[in-house]
Amino acid sequence: MSLDKPYLDVPGTTIFDAEQSRKGYWLNQFCMSLMKAENRARFKAGERAYLDEWAMTEEQKQAVLARDLNRCIALGGNIYFLAKIGATDGKSFQQMAGSMTGMTEDEYRAMMLAGGRSVEGNRRLGEDGDAQPQHQPQGAAGKKATN
Amino acid sequence: MAKITASVYTSHVPAIGAAIDLGKTTEPYWVPLFKGYEYSKQWMKDNTPDVIFLVYNDHATAFSLEMIPTFAIGTAAEFTPADEGYGPRPVPKVIGHPELASHIAQSVIQDDFDLTIVNKMDVDHGLTVPLSLMCGEPRAWPCPVIPFAVNVVQYPVPSGRRCFMLGQAIRRAIESFDQPLKVQIWGTGGMSHQLQGPRAGLINADWDNRFLDRLIADPEGLSKVPHIEYVREAGSEGIELVMWLIARGAMADVAGGPKPTLKHRFFHVPASNTAVGHLILENH
Repeated sequence: MSLDKPYLDVPGTTIFDAEQSRKGYWLNQFCMSLMKAENRARFKAGERAYLDEWAMTEEQKQAVLARDLNRCIALGGNIYFLAKIGATDGKSFQQMAGSMTGMTEDEYRAMMLAGGRSVEGNRRLGEDGDAQPQHQPQGAAGKKATN
Repeated sequence: MAKITASVYTSHVPAIGAAIDLGKTTEPYWVPLFKGYEYSKQWMKDNTPDVIFLVYNDHATAFSLEMIPTFAIGTAAEFTPADEGYGPRPVPKVIGHPELASHIAQSVIQDDFDLTIVNKMDVDHGLTVPLSLMCGEPRAWPCPVIPFAVNVVQYPVPSGRRCFMLGQAIRRAIESFDQPLKVQIWGTGGMSHQLQGPRAGLINADWDNRFLDRLIADPEGLSKVPHIEYVREAGSEGIELVMWLIARGAMADVAGGPKPTLKHRFFHVPASNTAVGHLILENH
């Protein structure tokens, strides 16, 4: 019998369920290690060497090196774990969240100050809101990256 | 016997903790947020309980993927503020209440809720930010705190219904404790927010305010809202709001007593990525 996953049609959203957790186990455990100051220092001194100490896939390591949080999440990462990478880099939660939208920091901050992203058009895949796949990337940062 | 005097509900956004710790509370961005808690700090001084039972979630701090307890009660004598990657918050150590916590654990487990008992645990912003919002920056927190951590990180999290029923069991447990303690129960997290993917930054103020209305007036009905509605309407991290139903389930009216008095209600957007909601309900 298959599991009920009613959340698969929410656009721009990955629910960290048992399947994602299994895929991302070592990626997330690597992130946990960054809660110790000495590990943060070792990671910063040699990221690739530090990552090679973990049983992560090459794809996961590349996603971390590129700080591509959307990719990390697709490969089983969870934002609360990945936030330890951001903390190591001195990034705020707002900078981390914003980086996944394709917006610049200023664009994302302005959206939040204006009341945040609307749910209209963003409840289900197939609608036309700004979080839908057909509208990515959303901001100047993402457009620059894809040019 | 011990009794629950009031319940408090508040978001626990980490940036709020950072704003307090870095002395930014008077910056224009933060002024309206902290203004919403001025009443609460005075109320807390006037109504200091003997113990706070604080429902929160751990954000991959004390619990990695090695162990993921759905409901975990802290029975230790003290809990240290965690280093979440930025260094520990400069806030007082959290003093527990092992005697009451152990009593609640035994009572609630015998009432069919299978809690995990935790005797060693650091506590993260989920627990310390609500204390800062309600108590300011004291050298010691005003009373002992029992941390109660709920898994809302790895899906499936407990249902609103389960949380509401657990709150009722916690009330029964507290009321059977043989010391005249005044206990507050706090539910924290939320409101609407999403921290991941192209949909990051989602806020749904209408849904949040309906949630507040129903939490006050129709918690039983609200407890039946399925997970998928939280995710769709309030963002993937908005699901933290199920924790508010634990605190609400512990109030007297749910067991046939009088309706609580609404002492304070506050809502503000944004704090970083998040909609902030806050209520104080008093039992009679």
